[in-house]
Amino acid sequence: MNLQVLSSQFWSLCLQGVALGFIYVLISLGYTMVYGVLRLINFANSEVFMVGTFATVVAQVGILQNQTNSQPLHGFRLLYTLAFSLGFSMLICGVLGVLVELVAYRRLRALGTNRLASLISAIAVSIVLLETTRIVTFSRPQTSPRLLDKWSFGEIAGANFRIDTVAVIVSGIVIFFALDRFVTKSRLGKAIRAVSMSEENSKLMGVNLNRVVSLTFFIGGLTTGAAAFFYTTVYETTQFNVGFNLGLAAFTAAVLGGIGNLRGAFYGGLFLGVLEQFASAILGSQWKSVTVFLVLVLVLLLKPNGIFGEAVQQTRT
Amino acid sequence: MSALLEVKDLKVSYGSIMAVKGLSLTVNEGEIVTLIGSNGAGKSTTLRTISGLLKPVSGSIVFKGQEIAGKAGHDIVAMGLCQSPEGRRIFPRMSVRENLDLGAFLRNDKVAIEADRERVLDLFPRLRERYEQKGGTMSGGEQQMLAVARALMGAPKLLLLDEPSMGLAPVLVDMIFETIIKIREQGITILLIEQNASAALDVADRAYVLESGIIKMSGKASDLAKDEAVTKAYLGG
Repeated sequence: MNLQVLSSQFWSLCLQGVALGFIYVLISLGYTMVYGVLRLINFANSEVFMVGTFATVVAQVGILQNQTNSQPLHGFRLLYTLAFSLGFSMLICGVLGVLVELVAYRRLRALGTNRLASLISAIAVSIVLLETTRIVTFSRPQTSPRLLDKWSFGEIAGANFRIDTVAVIVSGIVIFFALDRFVTKSRLGKAIRAVSMSEENSKLMGVNLNRVVSLTFFIGGLTTGAAAFFYTTVYETTQFNVGFNLGLAAFTAAVLGGIGNLRGAFYGGLFLGVLEQFASAILGSQWKSVTVFLVLVLVLLLKPNGIFGEAVQQTRT
Repeated sequence: MSALLEVKDLKVSYGSIMAVKGLSLTVNEGEIVTLIGSNGAGKSTTLRTISGLLKPVSGSIVFKGQEIAGKAGHDIVAMGLCQSPEGRRIFPRMSVRENLDLGAFLRNDKVAIEADRERVLDLFPRLRERYEQKGGTMSGGEQQMLAVARALMGAPKLLLLDEPSMGLAPVLVDMIFETIIKIREQGITILLIEQNASAALDVADRAYVLESGIIKMSGKASDLAKDEAVTKAYLGG
């Protein structure tokens, strides 16, 4: 146990935690959007994330294939490489999310089966995606090219504002608030909220339920794909089983905040990111997962609606 | 007068229980028709089937000359058949404004939507006062008004009203039925389902009496209001 870091690295751990937290937030949104509409935990989302990390690698390697030196990029070339791989990962994950719903859930919904059937179906899809990737990649980790020259904006109170840290945080904020705005203001966003309150009532408004469900899976895929891009760009490596820990952590974050509402995912993700950083620093990184899942168990036992569940119930998606 | 809605020999079941056992009814353009009957007679089931929320076992539902039985709910709404559902099923975590927006979900004629918004707010001035309030925080009567107003935002040809007076104070019941007459004056045809038979027979042109999934009687509302059997069973006479 190392309590000294609490004083020596406090702000640095906070900053790193917030950056990691935003990756969790973006994945959590994938769980929470779907849960809000279908009351279904889309366990395949963790593997959608995993596919997104590979999509990011593929896009970045693809763009840079003619470049022999592995120097960080600059200027316009850097911007469009980042933008393209971000867009590619988001799109792949969005489309994959829609496909997962079509293949694994839609028919079960039409048959009116109970949620357990969908849950098993979700696990099956996860295994298919996981094992396929394992086979295709020969279980080897894939590295993405170094794109960013990781310079720093400077240090405040020991916290190092490195470009990738700042980029993740800023993008996370932008994506979260864009989504929040879409859901509260736009016509389709209202349809999503309407379905989350009452499927039947929404049908009476002329809402095409299947289309809203597809849209929800698509949006959940987009945010998860963005998370996959940031993860890969920051850590520069991925592996077929990357979805397991990150997916479960993001799911924990969603439950922690109160699954089904966007703000819950936001606070839950940030809280968990910071908690994880402190747990690693104080107890050692091998205790990181233990801490995260201990929190999940405690939340489920003590406050099954999530820590922020009651307060944000009104603002559910 | 031409038939706007024609239901023939409709059968609907919940699992193995037959809830509607061969119902036929007609609603002509410009009419107020009421379907009365006790709790569990199959009234709501009938409306839900017409709106496409339930698939019938057999029978036909023809609206504006087109067969709609078994069609998806959103296609039926698009044809101008809107329902105000039973039990104040408004969207509780949305404001009055947003609830009305959803009522007009399938329309994109902005100007006409705004005109309709003004029209329904004139019809229910109370909703104008509560405009930015969340639906779930309003009184039962206000929620009922909102459910009707929201259905009107779909610019219906035919409006289905499921128990609009349920659980309301007598003053509000009168107000709701007065409004139903005003809605008809705006050229909207109405099929009204009610347990409050006397009030329903008061405003309706024609009526059907539903018992255990079968139409027991039908005719002019004013005649049925005088009928002994109806009076006994539904009007507490």
